[in-house]
Amino acid sequence: MKAKIHVYLKPGVLDPQGAAVAGALHNMGYDEVTDARQGKLIELDLAGEDVDQARARVDEMCRKLLSNPVIESYSIELE
Amino acid sequence: MTQYAEGITAEIVKEHGITDEEYAVILDRLGRAPNLVELGIFSVMWSEHCSYKSSRAHLGKFPTSGEKVIQGPGENAGVIDIGDGQACIFKMESHNHPSFIEPYQGAATGVGGILRDVFTMGARPVALMNALRFGAPDHPKTTHLVSGVVAGIGGYGNCVGVPTVGGETNFHAGYNGNILVNAMAVGLADADKIFYARGAEPGQPIVYVGSKTGRDGIHGATMASAEFDDASEEKRPTVQVGDPFVEKKLIEACLELMATDAIAAIQDMGAAGLTSSSVEMADKGGIGIHLNMDAVPQREANMTAYEMMLSESQERMLVIMKPGREDVAKAIFEKWELDVAVIGETTDTGRMVLTHKGETVCDIPVAPLADDAPKYERPFFAPEVRAQLNAKDIAQPGHMGEILLKLMSSPDMASKAWIWKQYDRHVMADTTASSEDPSDAAIVRVHGTGKALAITTDCTPRYCYADPYEGGKQAVAEAWRNLTATGADPIAITDCLNFGNPERAEIMGQFVGCVEGMAEACGKLNFPVVSGNVSLYNETNGVAIPPTPAVGGVGLIPDLERRAHFGGLKEGDILLVVGETLGAMGASVYLKTIEEREDGGVPPVDLAVEKANGDFVRGQIRAGRLTSCHDISDGGLACAAADMALASNCGIKLAHEGKSPPMHGFLFGEDQGRYLIAAEKEDAIAILQDAKADEIPVHVVGLAGGTAITVNGAHPLELDRLRAAWEGWLPELMGHLAEAAE
Repeated sequence: MKAKIHVYLKPGVLDPQGAAVAGALHNMGYDEVTDARQGKLIELDLAGEDVDQARARVDEMCRKLLSNPVIESYSIELE
Repeated sequence: MTQYAEGITAEIVKEHGITDEEYAVILDRLGRAPNLVELGIFSVMWSEHCSYKSSRAHLGKFPTSGEKVIQGPGENAGVIDIGDGQACIFKMESHNHPSFIEPYQGAATGVGGILRDVFTMGARPVALMNALRFGAPDHPKTTHLVSGVVAGIGGYGNCVGVPTVGGETNFHAGYNGNILVNAMAVGLADADKIFYARGAEPGQPIVYVGSKTGRDGIHGATMASAEFDDASEEKRPTVQVGDPFVEKKLIEACLELMATDAIAAIQDMGAAGLTSSSVEMADKGGIGIHLNMDAVPQREANMTAYEMMLSESQERMLVIMKPGREDVAKAIFEKWELDVAVIGETTDTGRMVLTHKGETVCDIPVAPLADDAPKYERPFFAPEVRAQLNAKDIAQPGHMGEILLKLMSSPDMASKAWIWKQYDRHVMADTTASSEDPSDAAIVRVHGTGKALAITTDCTPRYCYADPYEGGKQAVAEAWRNLTATGADPIAITDCLNFGNPERAEIMGQFVGCVEGMAEACGKLNFPVVSGNVSLYNETNGVAIPPTPAVGGVGLIPDLERRAHFGGLKEGDILLVVGETLGAMGASVYLKTIEEREDGGVPPVDLAVEKANGDFVRGQIRAGRLTSCHDISDGGLACAAADMALASNCGIKLAHEGKSPPMHGFLFGEDQGRYLIAAEKEDAIAILQDAKADEIPVHVVGLAGGTAITVNGAHPLELDRLRAAWEGWLPELMGHLAEAAE
């Protein structure tokens, strides 16, 4: 089983990297870009077949290590 | 008159931290009920943080003037004269609560905020310091907080290009629920080019510069207010995130603008940025202010005036320009790719008027925001004075070398290299001594000259807890002593007064005691307070932190060739102690570490003796007689000797004579006003002769040589073993973090 975890800053939290990306795109002439936010994608390969259990375990991993719950949110896809 | 405006309830007023009496004053001054924006502005300006309502009654006790003071408390930072037309600008500030919630960003934005206080006044920041207090090493949160705070300080300070040159770190269970992160910034400016928050006149444009305003750090009360009943995820208050590269650009842009002579007044946006910066400039100029909220650069859509006025977004400044000079600011800030907007003008109405989307959303007189801010004479009582505790009342331990090893590897004494190795100590290329060097204070050369600033932060919380008055005195005296031990002339201090809940008489007693003790020491040592910050309510579940009035001292070394450190000990040097050793053990590191108790009275500081001993040591340094000099504080003579031996890689043979004080008192007693100095034989003789003439107590305590620290030829502790234990404690503590995560 594969887990894809998207970790991103909560809405409203300043994103200096996203702002730099938007600024660079403007400098290149992509004026239609009004904002940019960036996060990270983490892929995990998991042993076992139980989807519910996998989701619970990955959720725990997100809270304990993969995200900073104070400023970040995350979403989990299992496939 | 109706009690509440539409949409406001008693509950909302309470959530803004405004008491019934305070609300009655607002009703009286406005002649009507405040709307939400106005309530938010009063709540911020009358908060403990902005109004100092519990502390103001006592802060006036500090001596704040002197021949070298250019600007005392009341502006963004203090300013002192360092000669040759140059000025040093500095301040210390707390960022305790944010650092506990989110250690990396909390500490990082603390650094950013204190830097802005300094460059707002026209100074180029040249040094950062940090005074950190964490909970017990074995508390489950401690290692996480240490790693986050240290990474945050390094992340911001290193990126912004200002060296982090020194500081102090304590661990104590009293900080388990409330860590302290106190950051200090020091800058240099020309004495005739200082910029102030005062000086604005009616009819001048107000220019907003820096980053856009987002919904950062708006206090929780917004959530409960009627306007946000349908509050969605994106309206939730958020943690402030800093951007050090924007700060770097802001420093350069502000200094460039300051070179143009187009500024009437300038103020950084700190806590509740737009509100406090605009009100303070209006109040100090005795003028009114009109802001068009539509013109404020906004990071998010649909922000309300309330949110913009209370936002704590970082890296922003408010500038009042001379009329017609707006374009100067625009050109400079656009060049640096920063937001710049004219958002209003000063008026002669004495009122603060805000318009947003065609409506007037706030119209209140400025004066009451500052002048009528509540001022409380809170009840207090002083703690019982504890009896002094002398070494003769404590059983003598067996092997002194083993005791020394235990002390030097205890949390308070062990090497903090794990922390300062994460900081850039040398950027700007003027750092002469930082945390890595054997120096009692950081030393930063005044660029392009042969003189230097000496900078230190000091406080001994266990003393302040045992006896607030003596502890406050000692914090100032130790800062003075540390500067003196480098050969500097101490000039002035900034302070960061961290305490628990002032509504408890016991805590207020700690505050008053510490302030009075500090004031006494500042006066007697001619060491005035030029800036500072008060952080109250540092408590969790009714458990307050130990009283922690952190002191940041600055001094001047007129000639860098004539300074001292404690890494120059050579075989054959004579070791001497300046000051009397009586064996005071109350509230000592020895007592805490070896006896596992924290009782006893604080070793008192005799300020006249302190000054005489310090002036004597400084004179000997400038006469070029000392190979090493170290102040004696935590852990007494033996720990000072251990520092010196480790830094110099040279053993020390200590000699103890007589029975008073007993050997453990001689080695580990924390009597104040003392220095351990080393000199070659001929110089040592000259020092003793000078001491006799000046009636300064100076005693020979040992001889340098060998590879161990010994006492009377026994109790050996090999330096290699001592070094491994001293250096090993903190990495081992932080290493356990990695293991726990695995």
